[in-house]
Amino acid sequence: MIRNLGILVGLFFTGVLLYSFLMGAYTYLTEEHVETAEHMFHEHPKSLSQSSDGVFGKFDTAQLQRGYGVYKEVCSACHSLEHVAFRDLQAIGYNEAEVKAIAASFQVPAIDPETGEASTRDGLAADKFPAVYPNDVAARAANNNAVPPDLSLMTKARHNGPAYVYSLLTGYQNPPKKLAEEFPDSMPGTGLHYNPYFANLNLAMAPPITAEGQVSYADGTKASVDQMSKDVSAFLTWTAEPKMEKRKQTGLAVLAFLLIFTILAYLSYRNIWADKKH
Amino acid sequence: MSFPWASQYNPTNPAMKWIDERLPLPRLVYNAIGAGYPVPRNLNYFWNFGVLAGFALVVQIISGIILAMHYAPEATVAFNSTEHIMRDVNWGWMLRYMHANGASFFFIVIYIHIFRGLYFSSYKAPREMIWLLGMVIYLLAMATAFMGYVLPWGQMSFWGAKVITGLFSAIPLIGPTLQEWLLGGFAPDNAALNRFFSLHYLLPFVIAGVVILHVWALHIPGSSNPTGVEVKQESDTVPFHPYYTAKDGFGLGVYLVIFAAVMFFAPNFLGHADNYIAANPLSTPAHIVPEWYFWPFYAILRAFTFDFLFIPAKLLGVLAMFASILLLFFLPWLDRSPVRSGRYRPLFRPFFWVFVVVVLILGYCGGAPAEEPYVMISQLASAYYFAHFLIILPIISSIERPDPLPASITEAVLGKDGEEAPAAIDTIATTGGAATQPAE
Amino acid sequence: MTEAVSTDPQTVDADTQNEEGVRRRDFINVAAVSFAGVGGAAVLYPLITQMAPSADVLALASIEVDVSALEPGQAIKTIFRKQPLFIRNLTPKEIEEANAVDVASLREPQTLAERTAPGHENILITMGVCTHLGCVPLGAAQGEVKGEFDGYFCPCHGSHYDTAGRIRKGPAPTNLEVPAVEFLSDTVIKVG
Repeated sequence: MIRNLGILVGLFFTGVLLYSFLMGAYTYLTEEHVETAEHMFHEHPKSLSQSSDGVFGKFDTAQLQRGYGVYKEVCSACHSLEHVAFRDLQAIGYNEAEVKAIAASFQVPAIDPETGEASTRDGLAADKFPAVYPNDVAARAANNNAVPPDLSLMTKARHNGPAYVYSLLTGYQNPPKKLAEEFPDSMPGTGLHYNPYFANLNLAMAPPITAEGQVSYADGTKASVDQMSKDVSAFLTWTAEPKMEKRKQTGLAVLAFLLIFTILAYLSYRNIWADKKH
Repeated sequence: MSFPWASQYNPTNPAMKWIDERLPLPRLVYNAIGAGYPVPRNLNYFWNFGVLAGFALVVQIISGIILAMHYAPEATVAFNSTEHIMRDVNWGWMLRYMHANGASFFFIVIYIHIFRGLYFSSYKAPREMIWLLGMVIYLLAMATAFMGYVLPWGQMSFWGAKVITGLFSAIPLIGPTLQEWLLGGFAPDNAALNRFFSLHYLLPFVIAGVVILHVWALHIPGSSNPTGVEVKQESDTVPFHPYYTAKDGFGLGVYLVIFAAVMFFAPNFLGHADNYIAANPLSTPAHIVPEWYFWPFYAILRAFTFDFLFIPAKLLGVLAMFASILLLFFLPWLDRSPVRSGRYRPLFRPFFWVFVVVVLILGYCGGAPAEEPYVMISQLASAYYFAHFLIILPIISSIERPDPLPASITEAVLGKDGEEAPAAIDTIATTGGAATQPAE
Repeated sequence: MTEAVSTDPQTVDADTQNEEGVRRRDFINVAAVSFAGVGGAAVLYPLITQMAPSADVLALASIEVDVSALEPGQAIKTIFRKQPLFIRNLTPKEIEEANAVDVASLREPQTLAERTAPGHENILITMGVCTHLGCVPLGAAQGEVKGEFDGYFCPCHGSHYDTAGRIRKGPAPTNLEVPAVEFLSDTVIKVG
């Protein structure tokens, strides 16, 4: 009974699927294949190697500090870093007094103790980086109808994130001739900028890092556009996962322990089974 | 139950004796996973995965209870509380990665466990109930995993909740009302998040309860084995402890090494980048897919692209997706071959391996974007999936001529004479006997 | 494995070899189980410490307070480690009252000088938590009952504290707790 019903159900689904396949295949073969601009012009991120890559990877604190400088002087005008607290910056080599000074250079929302009205005060080490805009509507209004995303998790929120950030920052260019010829609708409109590393090809953010020396580096590193892009990408790799070094260190210790345990467990297993054929 | 030769619990320690007389818990453990449970001596490494699944469930429950101490199920702060766990809670990053990857590993283990059951026909009489309870566990695990994925309230969480509850909207007449009831609103929000959290916390304990029934049912007929021949005599079995506790200990070590490697060095490999973006009801990610363990079923769902007769494609897809899982419940009655193990079923084997490949293809297509050629491939693969279980298995089980079976497990292991080689009995000379052991 | 036990059978007496083999096998089993035990115990460490205060909570373990606007006779209530903190600018009369008490007669003998920072005896900083069972004593805000000793009064079970925040009457066992205090300048105080 069950088998007879089963065969009927099976024939039904198999039949519908084969019908769908034939219909789909017919459509696929007869309809003209429409190529999209994104398909043709979107590019995968350039390859980027970071000191934090790999099993033994560690952050380069000097680079992270340079990257923080780029964030502070360039990105922070529009992009928040809401999951990062000023106190976290101690992990990239700033001491307590420096962190305090950095925090004080930001204004965070507060309540006026006299009037009870919304106001601001100097940031404290325990505060998080404040939002740049009071809400999305304000952010949209100030940025040509595009909300600048928070950057705390950016390198984890994009596939191959660090390389994506680096490629996007260095990937601005004039739209190729072919785009204008074949996809005039996909040409950057007013207030948009062509960048093949961006999924939609055109983004509202103007090229943020444009000139050598735009950010002054205290450690004497040459502030080329490429270098600044790499540094801020490294900084955002850290903001996305500040516990990465600890994770890898813990992982190595755990793996070493488990390997020894597994070998012992194997020997014990062989021992116990030694007198049993199986 | 037990075989007549199972050793009886006989506590020598007065304290254990005292407990055993009042609450026979030590006896229960002894008979369940101790020396009192005789197990076929010829189990291969595929039989490790039951214990591993139990272990993975315990890891999920412990890490989950801890995460719940720090997580806040409220739509405006859920995403932030998850990041709070990752950044500020002591060892929070490790516990969250353990839980997130633990879910994937739970499914890896479960899928291998099911694969074992399918190849060696562990679902056949007298073990149908074990199989049915196992399928209940699998369904509950899928529901739990789905609701857990919603909790971080990232983009994938939000859109996953919307799409999966949207499946129910395909049901004629009551569908849209049902979806609103499930979500407690018109779209996922606080109400949905809170109930998913509540159920996500509850269901693992329900799973644990069904696992107890699953193991209980297992102890009635005892474990199956790679030959599919039932246990007939004492020489067919070994006591669970120490033989299989040792083997499971080794299996657990290997499992943990792989788990730790992923959890500590590629913790986001099995996840999706978009879930690190906070939920945004106004913008759908370009490419939404569920977690990898749902991909084969997602491919089946998407394979239905054309209305058929009066049935809309959306409803067909949902029906087929649920049917593809539910039909597994009927497997013991679809496959009527008297022979269990695939080893002795020459006609079954090629179809089975095609099925395995088809499921892998479906998994790949389910994770790929919904465009050609993936849709056409999914359609052919889904057709085989249904045909395999509902048409091919019933037919081959009546026309197949199985290979000759060994008379007993002992014969399969030791050869026809059925005698343990003297070298194998002698405790020290065992190492010398290694070369004479037949290959498994 | 094969290598491990293959001692030359011709030179070793069979019985000794047997015993040795058994001992070595036991050792490996014991080692494997012990290793599992150590691993299980090590896992407990993160499982237990996750409940300790997290980094964001610890970041608020010390605060800075500006007392430039605090006139003698006034007190402010602020929040320190999620609990009330009383900061009081004592008047000369209150200081006199506090110093007039025979320290030896107190339940917890402490002078006012011991409870304030050197050079800032007029600034009394105490937790606003009654040492009896944790209620918030009255007396910091204007118009509140200050108790029989002109300091703080806890209405829950009737503990009276004097102008130096010392327990004088009622069930509380000790004086109001004085947190670690550091004057960063004459008006800015770091607490904790």
